[in-house]
Amino acid sequence: MLQDIIIVLAIMILGMGIGLFIGNRPKIIKVVGILTSFSIFLLLFLLGIGVGTNDRIINNLHTIGLQALILTIGAVLGSLLCAWATYKFFFQQK
Amino acid sequence: MKGSLIILSFFVLGLILGLTRFLPTSLLEGDFSIYALYLLMFLVGIGIGTDRDSWKVIREVNIKIVLVPLSVIVGSLIGVSAVSVLLSSINIGEAMAVGAGFGYYSLSSVIITEFHSETLGVIALLSNIIREVLTLLATPLFVKYFGKLAGIASGGATAMDTTMPIIVQYSGKEYAIIAVFSGIVLTILVPVIVPLILQFL
Repeated sequence: MLQDIIIVLAIMILGMGIGLFIGNRPKIIKVVGILTSFSIFLLLFLLGIGVGTNDRIINNLHTIGLQALILTIGAVLGSLLCAWATYKFFFQQK
Repeated sequence: MKGSLIILSFFVLGLILGLTRFLPTSLLEGDFSIYALYLLMFLVGIGIGTDRDSWKVIREVNIKIVLVPLSVIVGSLIGVSAVSVLLSSINIGEAMAVGAGFGYYSLSSVIITEFHSETLGVIALLSNIIREVLTLLATPLFVKYFGKLAGIASGGATAMDTTMPIIVQYSGKEYAIIAVFSGIVLTILVPVIVPLILQFL
């Protein structure tokens, strides 16, 4: 698995290098943006198929939704508290 | 918002096709989603590389602005760890992987599906979509009680695009640059932190 992760990150870094090299060419940037959207659509579509054919997920969809909601509340509340402290101590004008 | 609806509809379309088994088995058995992920990561990289504005924002900012995405990372990870005790089927590491999506639901859910499991991938998808929607709906309230960085913190990686308008509206124009900076940093870190956490599971 570590190997797969390194491959994925290396591919992203390669892309960043190529992106820096390409620079400010609106046409290419636009095409890359469209391709990015389509690959996200494709991956989420495939995830949908995977989920639809996975009975274990389908039978537990309500608990999965609840778990997602609880995790979101934790993540957002934690972020809000940390950001509040950061704001109070570093950003707020006295 | 429109973007999430489109993405969600692709997910639902796949879901329906999967449920009705209205598909050739070759499509179900072939595991080409990893190659689609490679393609996506390559494109995301190019997108970051060509975005001159991002690099400019990162070069020009005051050092204390770094504390903003750092607060989001620390807060999100501690927050999900805390609530993970309520969830019997999710351990702390899995909760942290979901939390480390910072609202970037498309990429985090795909990475988690690929490197961990479909179940956790779906949880990441839903959780991070809820994070974006919650930010769009509750930013006025958050700013009132948690200060002007609240919308940026809640929005996480989405603060650079989808939730930026609402953040600027309630925190002020001077927070736009902080929102973009924090969003960019978190967006770049999602594909780094999520696999890193999964690695330790």
